[in-house]
Amino acid sequence: MKKKLLSLAAAVSVGMVANLAGAAELTAVSFGGAYGAAQQKHMIDPYMEKTGNKVLFENYSGGVAELKAQVESGNVLWDVVDMEVIDLERACSEGLLEVFPQDQLPPGDDGTPAAEDFSKEALANECGVGNIVWTVLYAYNHDTIQGGEPKSMIDFFDTKTFPGKRALRKRPQVNLEWALLADGVPKDQIYDMLETEEGQARAFAKLDTIKDDIVWFDSWSQAPQLLNDGGAVMVQSANGRFFAAITQENKPFEMVWDGHVFDLDVWAVVKGAKNKETAIDFVKFATGSKPLSGMPEVAYAPTRKSSAAYIDASVLPKLPSAHLDEGLKASSLFWADYGESLSEKFNEWLLK
Amino acid sequence: MSNPELTPDEIKQADHNRRRSKLLATLFVIPLLLFIFVTFVAPIGTMLYRSFYHPTVYELIPNTLDALDDWSEDGGELPPNPTLNTFAVELKSLFEERLSGKLAEEINRALPGSSSLIKSTARQVSRADTAELEISGAALLFDTNSKWQQIELWQAIKKAGSVFTADYYLTALDLERDPSGEIVQRGTQIYLDLYWKSLKIAFYITLLTALIGFPLAWYLANAPTRVANTLMIFVLLPFWTSLLVRTTSWIALLQTNGVVNSTLQSLHIISEPLEMMYTQFATVIAMTHILLPFMILPLYSVMKGIDPSYFRAALSLGAKPIPAFIRIYLPMTVPGFSAGALLVFIISIGYYITPALVGGTEGQMISNLIAFHMQSSNNWELAAALGSLLLLLITLLYWLYDRLVGISNLKLG
Amino acid sequence: MVQFPRYFTIWQKLGLSGVKLTAWLVLLFLMAPILVIIPLSFNAEPYFTFTEGMLAFEPEAYSLKWYQEILADDKWLLAIKNSFYIGIMATIIATVLGTTAAIGLTRADMPFQRMIMALLLSPMIVPVIITAAGMFFFYSQLDIAGSYIGVILAHAALGTPFVVITVNAALAGFDYSLVRASLGMGAKPVYTFFKVIMPLIRPGVISGALFAFVTSFDEVIVVLFLAGPEQRTIPRQMFSGLREEINPTILAVATLLVILSGLLLFTMEYLRARSEKMRSATV
Repeated sequence: MKKKLLSLAAAVSVGMVANLAGAAELTAVSFGGAYGAAQQKHMIDPYMEKTGNKVLFENYSGGVAELKAQVESGNVLWDVVDMEVIDLERACSEGLLEVFPQDQLPPGDDGTPAAEDFSKEALANECGVGNIVWTVLYAYNHDTIQGGEPKSMIDFFDTKTFPGKRALRKRPQVNLEWALLADGVPKDQIYDMLETEEGQARAFAKLDTIKDDIVWFDSWSQAPQLLNDGGAVMVQSANGRFFAAITQENKPFEMVWDGHVFDLDVWAVVKGAKNKETAIDFVKFATGSKPLSGMPEVAYAPTRKSSAAYIDASVLPKLPSAHLDEGLKASSLFWADYGESLSEKFNEWLLK
Repeated sequence: MSNPELTPDEIKQADHNRRRSKLLATLFVIPLLLFIFVTFVAPIGTMLYRSFYHPTVYELIPNTLDALDDWSEDGGELPPNPTLNTFAVELKSLFEERLSGKLAEEINRALPGSSSLIKSTARQVSRADTAELEISGAALLFDTNSKWQQIELWQAIKKAGSVFTADYYLTALDLERDPSGEIVQRGTQIYLDLYWKSLKIAFYITLLTALIGFPLAWYLANAPTRVANTLMIFVLLPFWTSLLVRTTSWIALLQTNGVVNSTLQSLHIISEPLEMMYTQFATVIAMTHILLPFMILPLYSVMKGIDPSYFRAALSLGAKPIPAFIRIYLPMTVPGFSAGALLVFIISIGYYITPALVGGTEGQMISNLIAFHMQSSNNWELAAALGSLLLLLITLLYWLYDRLVGISNLKLG
Repeated sequence: MVQFPRYFTIWQKLGLSGVKLTAWLVLLFLMAPILVIIPLSFNAEPYFTFTEGMLAFEPEAYSLKWYQEILADDKWLLAIKNSFYIGIMATIIATVLGTTAAIGLTRADMPFQRMIMALLLSPMIVPVIITAAGMFFFYSQLDIAGSYIGVILAHAALGTPFVVITVNAALAGFDYSLVRASLGMGAKPVYTFFKVIMPLIRPGVISGALFAFVTSFDEVIVVLFLAGPEQRTIPRQMFSGLREEINPTILAVATLLVILSGLLLFTMEYLRARSEKMRSATV
């Protein structure tokens, strides 16, 4: 009896290991939420269908930390990752990513060679392939806002006129830019100013004025929930998250475009990825004209010109590309150089 | 030992038997000891080692650091040109291997702001010939950026390059070395405050569990057996329920639109929702709930063993109930209290999950910062130093527990 | 109930009733948070709170869709599979090693008994964040981070103290002369173990195994540090769910887990009753 049980347990366990180990051929990681759902629908699922490869699609909340931990400990779990360009620059220079063979990217569906089809920024870094243009802005909820309708970055920092909590993502990126914008620094001087001690102190001083009213969150997908359940009256997030909440769930949210900080998202292959070839193959597929054209569904602009053929023109004004003059381009060089020291300062400031 | 009635042979035999039985007992324990050693002790040892052993920079630029050994950082002079040439050569090869970013980050930790300098210089020197750099690398460095002529930068490189360092412990204690090597307080104080806060939170939780655990334990110990056994289920069910489930419950209860707020609002007790989530209050209340059984169970088992006749005797001898309770009953519950309190305190001080989910920034404890440095800032050495200090604290408490309660008296459920 | 002695004054009676009331309130505090999530998991809307329809008991305010969502989601299914697989494997290792060690440890002539006991129980005392950080460094070097083996070994290490404690307690009244008698009569040691020792300590072994299983089943931090996407477990999935998107799927999982812990508790109490019976029979 006992022997039988034991051999049964052994058989079951061996079977499970074999079964579980054989399951995933590629681990792709992105930001989840509405954006993740769109990627699942337009990139992951069609890819699995076309190639028969199995893709394990995971969420993370951005940043280079997890990537760095994997590469430096020699315990690489991810194959391909969607990241912000401000992180890409740093990850690439620290050797956390494979150099991507950009010359192998297929031409657009209309025949335009990849090098011309992609926008310049999309292929600017040798470690990644641009995927979408997106932006970070804030939104308010018509049901909970008091004191009128906020219009600008100054209003975001004005807790007298617009009382209530503000929700920001817990990191220095974008928040320091917003603080200086609200403090009256012109857009083109923001990053020069942030390079100086005085500029950094000024940004933190501005954040200090609303520190008690800030709710911090860790991941973009928490943001719509906070705005919905009254956790905060003005919430920072990626424009696509709000867009999805407004269009798909009919939430009474309003986006404020003033001072939005826009950037690209890229697909990149992790250094030492266990399935490197499949990963490259996946990125080539996912950045094709057709998969990219699904991204405006969550209000992100595709990086290939040839995707336009598949996109409904009525959606164009909703994309960040229609609001570029109100916004600020995130500086990846600045954050590659100052990201770490400012994160440290930011965390010290948080705990003060 | 020297029993006169035993023959030498018998003594020998007895000794042999004792040795055999000792050996046998040891043989039974050895597999687990080995297992624990490999899977648990060795990992913690690796972590302790990491808190002062940091060879990364030395592995990146060994020749430069060897050359810098002969340079006196207090002399007020730059390192000699051959050293700088060596550095330029090494920087070029780092750039080619995509490791210059790593060096930049490491040096940046010692001297904030040098990251961009190193990265841009690496790009510049990579265009030059190695043979050329060997001769005139220094000049090229100075041409690229005048910051290379600052002594602080070379001091920072030398400092970051030391393989064994106590600096992470200094940081973990909010201290640092000033340029002259004196140990001074850091500009911002974080970690000591956080240790203090963790101790305070653990103390509040211990106190709360004791205060609310006592009446329940007393009631259970004095109720009829059938009632007590039934009610015990209400203590044990939470005990057996997943920690994540209990934390989830508290999120459902405490969030802005949660059960507590909507109940209070519909009863018109409050008009605006209370801010309870992401506060220290949330951490304390949720952890009190989670750890309460650890207090109730030892208290209950001690109270169960207290003979009620002592208390009755005191009363019948004319003592007033309350003083009699304080002088007679309470002292007899002390073993239960000390067992419960130490256990609750030890568990709560290193808690991670609940503060991470309900505590926001305000309710964070030291474990959360260790996790932060492990996962977000990738400052593993600092995480290891913070962890070592926490381990020291826990070891002290554990020793105390063993002294006062005895670990072999630890009972479960 | 406690009877009030006749000589108690009205204030003392009130005081005593106050203590009883407090005790009941504390019981409420213990149970209410766990019970409250059960109805919430049937919420038809994606919120963590009671809707007006739910309070009015309108049938359409309730739904099973979050339970269906678990069954439809590959990630949850993988997590459930992983949790049981890792939990069972870790339990087997912890139980075998822990039981053997406890038998050795209760021998009076075990050298350094106290020190060894302290060491063997330390995985339970050291904050898991420290253990997890150390394992991350060490297991990465051994190349078993991000694998089932790594997580199983880690969970087994965390589970062993519980087995040692419970088996230790079960052996407390054990008379080793029984073993000598059995061996003296020519029984093989293995036979002696299964026929003489095991029946007496079985409740202790099983409850230790249950503790070890729950330890693994409930563990997040080691999984967070050590496991790859393929080794996601239920608590890990809940943790990221709570940090990222809060939706009632988590409440549905939580409800299932409450039921599971109820079953475990029942088994545990049954075992305890049996072992008490057995103890009174042997003494």
